[in-house]
Amino acid sequence: MFDLQWLLIAVPLASGLGLLVWGKESDAFGHLIATVASTFSFVFGLVLFLELTGAAAEDRSRTTNLFTWIDAGRFHVDMSFTFDQLSGLFVLLVTGVGTLIHIYSIGYMAHDERRRRFFAYLNIFIAAMLTLVLAADYLVLFLGWEGVGLASYLLIGFWQHKPTAAAAAKKAFVVNRVGDVGMALAIMLMFAQFGTTSIAAVNGSASDPGSGAIDSAGGSVATALGLLLLLGACGKSAQVPLQSWLLDAMEGPTPVSALIHAATMVTAGVYLVVRSSGIYDASEAARTAVIVVGLVTLLVGAWIGCAKDDIKKALAGSTMSQIGYMMLAAGLGPAGYAFAIFHLITHGFFKANMFLGAGSLMHGMDDEVDMRRYGALRAAMPVTFVTFGLGYLAIIGFPGTAGFFSKDRIIEAAFADSFWVGLGALIGAGVTAFYMTRMMMMTFFGPKRWIGDVEPHESPKVMTIPLMVLGAMSVLAGALIISDFIPTWLEPVVGSEGEHELGIPVWLMTLIITLTAASGVALGVWLYRREIAVDAPADADVSFFSRAGRHEVYGNELNDAVVVRPTQHLTRFLVWFDAKGVDGLVTGVADRLGDTSQFLRKPQTGYVRSYAATFFGGALLVVLALLAVTLA
Amino acid sequence: MTEYLSLSLILFTIGAVGVLVRRNAIVVFMCIELMLNATNLALVSFSRQIGNLDGQVAAFFVMVVAAAEVVVGLAIIVSIYRARRSISVDDANLLKS
Amino acid sequence: MTTFWLLAPLMVVSALGLLFVRKAVHAALCLAVVMISLAVLYAALDAPFLFAVQIIVYTGAIMMLFLFVLMLVGVDTVDALKETIGGQRWIAVIIGALFGITVVLAIAQTVSGAVVGLDTANANGNPYGLAELLFGKYVLAFEFTSALLITAALGAMVLAHQERLTPRRTQGDLAAQRMRDYAELGRHPGNPPTPGVFARHNAVDTPALLPDGTAVDASISPSIVARGQVRDGYDDDIEIVQRQLEGRDTGDDTIGGEK
Repeated sequence: MFDLQWLLIAVPLASGLGLLVWGKESDAFGHLIATVASTFSFVFGLVLFLELTGAAAEDRSRTTNLFTWIDAGRFHVDMSFTFDQLSGLFVLLVTGVGTLIHIYSIGYMAHDERRRRFFAYLNIFIAAMLTLVLAADYLVLFLGWEGVGLASYLLIGFWQHKPTAAAAAKKAFVVNRVGDVGMALAIMLMFAQFGTTSIAAVNGSASDPGSGAIDSAGGSVATALGLLLLLGACGKSAQVPLQSWLLDAMEGPTPVSALIHAATMVTAGVYLVVRSSGIYDASEAARTAVIVVGLVTLLVGAWIGCAKDDIKKALAGSTMSQIGYMMLAAGLGPAGYAFAIFHLITHGFFKANMFLGAGSLMHGMDDEVDMRRYGALRAAMPVTFVTFGLGYLAIIGFPGTAGFFSKDRIIEAAFADSFWVGLGALIGAGVTAFYMTRMMMMTFFGPKRWIGDVEPHESPKVMTIPLMVLGAMSVLAGALIISDFIPTWLEPVVGSEGEHELGIPVWLMTLIITLTAASGVALGVWLYRREIAVDAPADADVSFFSRAGRHEVYGNELNDAVVVRPTQHLTRFLVWFDAKGVDGLVTGVADRLGDTSQFLRKPQTGYVRSYAATFFGGALLVVLALLAVTLA
Repeated sequence: MTEYLSLSLILFTIGAVGVLVRRNAIVVFMCIELMLNATNLALVSFSRQIGNLDGQVAAFFVMVVAAAEVVVGLAIIVSIYRARRSISVDDANLLKS
Repeated sequence: MTTFWLLAPLMVVSALGLLFVRKAVHAALCLAVVMISLAVLYAALDAPFLFAVQIIVYTGAIMMLFLFVLMLVGVDTVDALKETIGGQRWIAVIIGALFGITVVLAIAQTVSGAVVGLDTANANGNPYGLAELLFGKYVLAFEFTSALLITAALGAMVLAHQERLTPRRTQGDLAAQRMRDYAELGRHPGNPPTPGVFARHNAVDTPALLPDGTAVDASISPSIVARGQVRDGYDDDIEIVQRQLEGRDTGDDTIGGEK
């Protein structure tokens, strides 16, 4: 059966491409075909996953080789896919959330005339993301990597008539490209050092430490590879320093933000780090870099989330921060890999849920995104309120929800590794609670601040059913960790956590975390239960922190100063040099030749007398020469 | 002997300068004749110095050739005058680039 | 020697005149002076034959040829003093000076030697000696030169020939044209009177008089008219003659006794 795992990718891909080619004829039913294709992938993925659960622990990695992709001398790459514990989880997450979002989009994009195309792009995205997670070779992974980048570009810029959307899509692609450079260099380095780019060959297997090619290479190779792969991951997962595209990507339709920029594509970076556990286990420096990146991003994302009034941008800041947590966990080594993946899955549920909830709010509020214009919506849109609330509880780590378990474990592991890392993660949790509470207060509570003649109403069933499903998952997924399912399940892939001493009992840790979150909630409620101005105060009237948060901690300005302006200067200089220097040289040669010929033209006056003068001068020279010869 | 040669060379130089300076075609021709005559004087002086008459025979031939040359040259000037109504040598500058 | 020192300055000045005079006819005269002086110098250099040939051929034929063509082509053309080609005069003077100084100083000094003289060569007379060489050693050159002369004459004929473009006007055509001019322009059909007809004088500059005493402008050559040298045909001479006939006149050519 696993020989057919390529169908998981092929069906959505064929559906997507087919819908694009079929054209306007299929406008009426194109969305249904796409949803069916996505559902097929989910169902088939579930079947394969269940078959894996039935198998023995050592036998849970099934690799299929479709064909030999590249066979050029020493370089040999197979188009092969591996369905194992880790990729199985991702397949379920991607196809499950993906299918729910397909259903949601039937309603959300009902009035858009290019809906068929939207669904085709969504299918292409699913296919590319599955290629990424199922790949058994880094080059095949890169194929999926680029594919999701393309799908993201197409989907962010879906409303292509809007210049802001087009610019945001371009920005996302370009910043991702910077990360892709790291990825490409890593693959090339792998080939140069090991002669192979197969994931299994490079990393070895966790159950058999030291079997990978990376272990026999030097520590510097592992560090180099680790850092390069981290660069790629930063681009895809919007980690600092390549985070500037994520908030702009909110220009795309809300289902896109939910699927790609919350649940799936942005987690590809974390997947990459966890999949390359062999490389990161071999290099202390690379792991430290991952931890630093994760920590900085989780704090920066939280900072931004506190200051944004656009609900989608606030959620994007939150995504950035949560992925920071996942990166932090992944950087902790075998102690954190499993928790990173667990948090990834739970985050996929509650963040997708909240984004779809935001979409529902926007649908009801006539596409208004500014939370300052919301208020008192819990009565008008009850289902959205409840499901959004479930997601909120999960993200702040309310005891019992999925988020409680996943985040707790990460903070514990962080403290076990280093006090300061743990402290940073703890503060991040507090700030997360604060800004999410702010969001809830501004949106659902308080007085009505609606402007214009909006009549908020609940969204149709096709939109609320997926909300309910995801809301339920946000709470129930905690069961996965209580039963210790995830760490055991993933152990053959990523290794076991080993013992870590915390210094304090686990229940005390949990209490501290809960109290920190509670204080964040309290601060949020206290600050935002009063009147909130409908128009945001000017930049000069707010504190430095608010100002910096609004400007996304000046990330864009930094990019501009460090990269964009010097490049513009360089290009301007090159243009000038080409025009003046190179062209000057070429035309200069031509001009000098012209001048020389003009100069040489002067003797040709046409006057007999000037020619006679030349004769006479020549005669004089001859006489002098004769004299010289005879006298010498 | 030197004085005759010097005189001949001075006349030659004056004739050459005249060719360069005068614009009337016939006067230029006359300057050329002056140069030829100066050459004749030199030939005759050398003939006297050397002691045989070859120099004089040469001068004689020069005269004959000069005569033929004058005939043809003046015919050309007349033709040009008929065509262009001008005998300035500066007007024949069609080779100007 | 004296001949040389007398004639040399003269020749140099005349040659310089060739450079500086404005009218072409004056230049021709300067050249003629140079040529005749040269002839005398040839005579002084024991070349009597060349002396004669120089005067006959060069001065007599070639210079005359020059003057004829000058008359044909424009005796009035005066060379403008301003030089049209930039720097030409300077170049000419400088190169000329350099050349002159170089050759005179260098060549004139180095080439001279002992003068042998032509007494032995002229033993049987100068023409005899020349003839010996001309028809002996140089007979071939002589033949070719004669061919050259014939060719030159032919060439000149061809060059100066003008093809008739319109048919020759016969006497009948001329007569018809005269009548037409009388009809259209009022020009007198008859021959214009020659100068001085019925006038007191028949000098070239005196116009003819019509029976009523008016002067005929057409009787005077246009060049004299252009020079403004026409005499009044209706002179006071008539009154003077009348007075003379009446016996009043004392031979004084004045009118009314005025001096």
